[in-house]
Order: sequence, then structure tokens, then C-alpha cells
Amino acid sequence: METIWYCLVAMMIATYVLLDGFDLGVGIVHLTVARSDDERRQVLNSIGPVWDGNEVWLLAAGGTLYFAYPALYASAFSGFYLPLMIVLWLLILRGISIEFRGHVQSPVWTPLWDALFCLSSFLLAVFYGAALGNVVRGVPLDASGYFFEPLWTDFRLGRETGILDWYTILIGLAAFFALTEHGALWLVVKNTGAVQQRARQIARQVWWGVVALTAVVTWSTFRVQPQAPANLAAHYWGYIFPALALAALFSLKWFLARPMTERDDRRAFLSSCGYLLGMLASVAFGLYPYVLPSSTSPSYSLTVHNAKAGEYGLRIGLVWWTIGMALATAYFVGVYRYFGGKVSTKADHQGY
Amino acid sequence: MDAVAIHRLHFAFTVTFHYIFPQLTMGLALLLVILKTLAWRTGNEHYNQAARFWARIFGINFALGVVTGIPMEFQFGTNWAQFSRAAGGVIGQTLAMEGIFSFFLESSFLGLFLFGEKRLGPKGHWFAALMVFLGSWLSGYLIVATNAWMQHPVGYTLGPNREIQLSSLRALLFNTWALWQYVHNMNGAVITACFVMAGIGAFYLLSGWHEAYGRTFLRVGVIPGVLATILQVLPLGDAQGRLVALYQPATLAAMEGLFETRQGAPMAILGQPDQEKRRLDNPLVIPRMLSFLTYRRWKAEVKGLDSFPPEDWPDRIPLLYYSYHVMVGLGTIFMAVMLVAAYLLWRGKLYRSRGMLWALMLCLPLPYIANTAGWISAEVGRQPWIIYGLMRTPAGVSPQVSAGNAWFTMIGFMGLYTVLGILFLFLVYREIERGPEPGAQS
Ligand code: HDD
Ligand code: HEM
Ligand code: HEM
Repeated sequence: METIWYCLVAMMIATYVLLDGFDLGVGIVHLTVARSDDERRQVLNSIGPVWDGNEVWLLAAGGTLYFAYPALYASAFSGFYLPLMIVLWLLILRGISIEFRGHVQSPVWTPLWDALFCLSSFLLAVFYGAALGNVVRGVPLDASGYFFEPLWTDFRLGRETGILDWYTILIGLAAFFALTEHGALWLVVKNTGAVQQRARQIARQVWWGVVALTAVVTWSTFRVQPQAPANLAAHYWGYIFPALALAALFSLKWFLARPMTERDDRRAFLSSCGYLLGMLASVAFGLYPYVLPSSTSPSYSLTVHNAKAGEYGLRIGLVWWTIGMALATAYFVGVYRYFGGKVSTKADHQGY
Repeated sequence: MDAVAIHRLHFAFTVTFHYIFPQLTMGLALLLVILKTLAWRTGNEHYNQAARFWARIFGINFALGVVTGIPMEFQFGTNWAQFSRAAGGVIGQTLAMEGIFSFFLESSFLGLFLFGEKRLGPKGHWFAALMVFLGSWLSGYLIVATNAWMQHPVGYTLGPNREIQLSSLRALLFNTWALWQYVHNMNGAVITACFVMAGIGAFYLLSGWHEAYGRTFLRVGVIPGVLATILQVLPLGDAQGRLVALYQPATLAAMEGLFETRQGAPMAILGQPDQEKRRLDNPLVIPRMLSFLTYRRWKAEVKGLDSFPPEDWPDRIPLLYYSYHVMVGLGTIFMAVMLVAAYLLWRGKLYRSRGMLWALMLCLPLPYIANTAGWISAEVGRQPWIIYGLMRTPAGVSPQVSAGNAWFTMIGFMGLYTVLGILFLFLVYREIERGPEPGAQS
């Protein structure tokens, strides 16, 4: 039962990364791909109706984590207190820059929100990456089951680690590149004209960065977290996940290199989804059964077994979770279909 | 301040700010359905235009509800880790359900509602409004059920190490406390929306702007408003009070400023609780009223604070007493204002009675105060327990998060929220000024 929930929570987090990932990426490239006010509006319209829904995956994944592994939620959230609060502030800034920008037409108002949108998206990508890096590296959990990490100490791995050290910064950078690629490809799919051209250009260049960082990150992860190679050695089928990531990375290159048609654009975006999915699944596979490894002593680590909630709750949860997810998936398919196709260049400014 | 106090203030501040927005969202969602229904039934474009205006206000308000709501969910883990570890298996259920069943519903259909009117057509757009309404009311239920479990825990068993485990999802979802708290709370949200709508309608008439819309807003605000304000006191407020008397007797005594156990206990209208001397100064009371309201008998005995050991008393009695009295006092005023307005509307005089229009306009902020005061009564009244009778508040906090770190983030939130508040008022005022038909300012 606890293993099922491990997979389900991992799936929800992955969905969050795929969906909110592209709107974060869009934020990162916002200032570069769109120069005029019309273009910027066009960029925002390509995520306008969906970004809030994408963010709900974070809440849903968080809530699910909360009731399935309360001890993990308690320990991780209080231990990562400072970075999480910063993430919250960034999410607030980002949300209002998307929503408020269009309300006033003024040469002071719009550039301000454009810049904030870009900055907060960039920092969020890096922080999410660093958070993942922390979980993989392990944290100084002690016998009480709690820990607290400062933002940084001396940037080295060791006993007194901070949130940021060379390894987690590396993962942060990797996340930054991967999401930039992802967002640029979304814009290619949703736009036409100059915006699409520039987005494609960025996607082509950033691809090299993604490849380089994938290599470095994989190499260093195998050194930092011994559970990963051990799991792979024990279960050869686990190689599927990195293989998926790799295959997706190269198919991405293939679609990008061609004189792209609309169909190729979409495939390139899907390849990027495949890449993210493959990378995240590899991490989830490599970490199991740990949910939060301890860097103090392996016996203090939180695992799916010692962090889980009561049996009854997990069982009944499975029932409503399945129903709820089926409904949510239906809404998402509906909404994405409804808002499918290119955004129009002449922004019809309805609603907001 | 010690770490516990600062964590409490942190949570109280962020949730109080958050709740400014959902109360309008939830109430307005209902009024939007009413406007869309009127538009659909009468085929009159006027109502659609009115709905579009409110949808713009709704959009701004919703965005702030979302960005301030996410921190709430995180804070259970960040600031209340021991509470989360102990109770996450129970309240995590309702919190996760809220995300999965209602936020997905609400956000998906809100996208359609705000961006898709042209393509959806009138029926489709009405349906989107209905779904937004259902989503937000469902989310209200699940969050209230979460809170109700902390007020009156049910459906759990204690394991060998006193760990709390869910034993009945049904009991958790159909907690009596949750049902009553929900209807009272949602009705409170409707009251906010009605006063906001009527207040802006009154503002338009008084300023001579968009007068046709001003009249519509007044009607759509006052008619549901009069119903809601009456229901809020009877039966809903009364029922809430009796639940408190039944399950949290010490809280009731503190709310009412009743220091001594008495038969035929009076109800205080005014007076200042003096905790040191254990008495109410300058009391203005209705004799025997409290006994009657609580037990339906004039002579029934009501337990005062002296029946409970002081360590079980709520630890901020004056705050509790005043917030409760503010809520009840405002509730009475609302009923009076709405009754008079409804009477004038019925006699066809409302649009011309400047005095009443002024009153409605000035009442606009009061429901926010009443709702906030109500929650403060509930939450301060729950003290000293974080889970009533099961876990004390100081035992729930994050052990490793120092007071200094909590101060840092609280100052951060205060700064950020001040900016958000100013932006919110600025944008909403601009929308009100632009009015339902931008460019057609008369
Ligand atoms: C417009 C808002 C509003 C108005 C006019 C009233 N209330 Fe209220 N009340 C709320 C909004 C509210 C609330 C915000 O919705 C609360 C806070 C928690 C909750 O569930 O509902 C609440 C809670 C609440 C509680 C529970 C306190 C606790 O749990 O410790 C009681 C006993 C009452 N109310 C009683 C009343 C009475 C007798 C009223 C008659 C005038 C009244 N309320 C008017
Ligand atoms: C929006 C309405 C709400 C308001 C205005 C509100 C207000 C408050 C206040 C004033 C406190 C501090 C109590 C004290 O220090 O004496 C508090 C604490 C708290 N509330 Fe609420 N609350 C609201 C809703 C909720 C809900 C829905 C939940 C649960 C789902 C909740 C959970 C908590 C928790 C965990 C604490 C901290 C622990 C404690 O002090 O007991 N609150 N809230
Ligand atoms: C501890 C208390 C609370 C938590 C953890 C919480 C959590 C959240 C979260 C995460 C969101 C954003 C949802 C999105 O992305 O769409 C949100 C919005 C919302 N919340 Fe809260 N909330 C709390 C208190 C309340 C209370 C007391 C109510 C009302 C009964 C409420 C009703 C809503 C509604 C209707 C929304 C939708 C957005 C909006 O209305 O602006 N919340 N809340």
C-alpha cells in the first residue's frame, strides 16, 4: 500500500512539473522571446487560461503527500522552512504578475510585471531544482525525525549542509535549462510569427545546455546518493527510465533540427515531456524506499514504511483519489482541447 | 514572544488575510449564478453585462485568494510540524480532497468562464458559472470540515503511542460540527457578497454613474441579503452557539464573559471582562437570556469559567469576548439594515432614499469584519487546544523552526501582503470606476 502511494505521489509531482513546468519556462523566456507589448500579451495568453489549473497540481500533490506520509510532510516542510517560504513568496509574485499586468495600460505598469514574472519564474525553477537536489542528497535528520537547514553554509557536501551546496545548485541549473527548453517549446506550439521564431531559436540553443547538464547531473548523483546505483544494480528494469529520458532528449533534437511543421512542433514538446518524465522517474526509482534520506545516519532516514499514515486512511484514500483524479483528468483534457490551437495575435481581451 | 506565540500569530495573520478573498469569491459565485440565470431567463443583455462586470471583480479577487491560499496549505507542515505529524493522516484527507475535488473543478471552469464566453454560448457560460460556484462551495466545505475536526475531533482512534489514526472517513466528513459551521460560514460569505453588491449599487446611484446597473445591483444584493442576514442569526448562529455550549463549555463561558456558574445566566450585551478580578465591568445584560438560548429553559444552569481549571481556559479571553460580541452585534445591525432596505425596495422607494443608499454604501466593509471576528472567536475559543481535548497548541509547533526564523517570514508576509492589499484596492476601484460598460460613463 505504501509503495502504491509512493508511485501515485511521484506521478502527481511529475504531472505538476510537466504542466507548471511549461508555464515557468514561458516566464523565463518571456522577456527574450517577446519584445513588444502585443507580443508579450500573446505570450501571456498562451498560458492565461491554464496556469492556475497547473498550479493546483502542486496543491493536490502536497495534500496527497500530507495524508499519505504525514511524518514526511512534517519533517520536510519544517526542515526546508526558509526555502519553502521563499518559494511561496515567488509563487505569489508570479501569480499576481500574470493576473495584474493586463489591468492597466501604462509604460510603468506592464514592464514592471513583465520583469517580475520573468524573475520569479527563473528563481522558482532554480529553487525547485535545488529542492529536488536536497531530497536526493539527504538532509541532517536526527533521532527526533526533524531537522532544520539554513540556506547555505560553505557550499560543500558534508555534515553541516545548507540548502544550497554545489550539488543542489547544479540540480537547480539543470532544472533551469530543462524548463527553459520546455517553456520555449510550448511557445513554439502555441504561437506564430516572430515569437515562435525566437522561441524556436532559444529551444535549439538551450538544448546543448540540457545535454551537458544531464550528463554532469547523472554522474554526480551516482556519487552523492549510493542508493541510486544500488537500486539499478538490483533491478535492471530500472534502466528503462534513464533510457526514456535519453531517447526523448535525442528525439527532441531530431524534431528541432528539421524545418519544423506544426506536427513536429507538437512532437518536440512531447519529447520534452518525455525527457522530464524520464528524469523524474529515474530519481523516484533511484530513491525508493527512501522518501527523505538522512545524511546523519541511514537509520534515521524516512522511508515509505516509517513515514506512512494508518492503513485505513490509505485504503479509503485510494477509493476517492481514483475518482477525483479521473474527474480532474477529464477537466484538464477538456480545457486543453477547448483552448487548443494557436493563440490569436489580436488578443481579444475578454474577462479579466 | 516565544516561538509558539509567533507561530500562532504567523498563522493567524496569513489566514485572516486569506479569508478576505474567499468570502467574497464564495458569496459572489452564488450571485453570479443568479445574474446569469436572470440573463438566460429574460434574454436581456443587461444582466450579461452586469455579470461580466462582476466577473472582472471576481477574477481579481480570486487571483488573490489563490496566491494567499497556497501559503496556508504549506504552513501546516512548515509551522505546525508536530501537529501535522500527529494529525496529518486525518486532516490530510480533507485537505487533499479539497485540492483534488474542488480546486481542479473551480480553476478549470473559471478559465472557461472568464475566457470562453463567446465560444460557450449562453447555456454553456451559465453552466461554467454554476461549476465555479459548486467548486468554491465544495472547497469551503472541505476546509471547514478540516477545521471542524480540530474543534471537535471525531472518527479517529488512538494507537499505542497515542498516534492519531483515521478510523472513519464518513464520521470525518459528516461531523455535526462541520455541517453547522459550514452553513453559518457560507451564509456569512453570502452576506459579504450581498453587501458588496448592494453597496456598489448604492455608490453608483449616489454618484450618478451607470444608474441602470446600480439599480440591478441593489436588487440582486438586497433580496438575497435580507434572507441571508435573518438566517444567519436564526437558526444558524443560535445552532452554532449551542454546539459550543455542548462541546466547548469553557469557550462559551469565556465568549460570554461569564465568570461564575449560574442558574438563569444573563446575556451580556456590553461590558468589559476583567480577567484578574474575574468579573465583567459595566455590564449591560438581559437577565436569564443566556440560559434560555443555550438550554431553552430560563432557569437552566450555565457553567461559568470558575467550573474549569484555569489552564483549560482560552488564553486570550478579552480578544475572544470582543470578537464574539462584535460578530453578534454586527449581525443584528445587518439584519436591521437589510430589513429596512428590503421594505423600501418593496415599496419602490429604495432608489430614491439617499439616506438608505448612504447606509448601504457605508456598510460595505462591515461583513468582512463580522466574518473575521467570527473566525477569531472560533479559533481563539479553541485554545488552549490545537485539537480540542487531544493536543495542546504548544505541542503542535515545529520543533526546529526558531522564533527568529518565524519572525523573518512573518515580516516578509506582512510586507508582501500590504502591497497586495494596496494593489487589490487600486485595481478594484478602477474596475468600479470603469463600470459595467467601459467607455459609456454617464
Ligand atoms: C457575516 C458574518 C457573520 C455574522 C453576521 C454572524 N456570524 Fe457567527 N460566525 C461567522 C460569521 C458571522 C463565521 C465567520 O462564519 C464563523 C467563524 C467560524 C465559523 O464556522 O463561522 C462564525 C462562528 C460563530 C460561532 C462559533 C464560535 C466558536 O466556534 O467558538 C458562534 C457561536 C456564532 N458564530 C454565533 C453567531 C450569532 C449568535 C450571530 C448572531 C447575530 C452570528 N454568529 C452572526
Ligand atoms: C479564514 C478563517 C480563519 C481565521 C480568521 C482564523 C484565525 C485564526 C487565529 C486568530 C488563530 C490564532 C489563535 C490564537 O493565537 O489564539 C488561528 C490559529 C490557527 N488556525 Fe485558524 N482561522 C481561520 C481558519 C482556519 C481553518 C479553516 C483552519 C484549518 C483548516 C485553521 C487552523 C488553524 C491552526 C492550525 C492554527 C494554529 C494553532 C492554534 O493557534 O491553534 N484556521 N486561526
Ligand atoms: C487553514 C486554512 C486554509 C487553507 C489551508 C486554505 C488553502 C487554500 C488554497 C491552497 C487556495 C488556492 C486554491 C487554488 O489554487 O485555486 C485557497 C483558495 C480558496 N480558499 Fe482557502 N484556505 C484556508 C482557509 C479558507 C477558508 C476558511 C475558506 C472558506 C471557508 C477558504 C475557501 C477558499 C476558497 C473558496 C478558495 C478559492 C479561491 C478564492 O476563493 O479566492 N479557505 N485556499
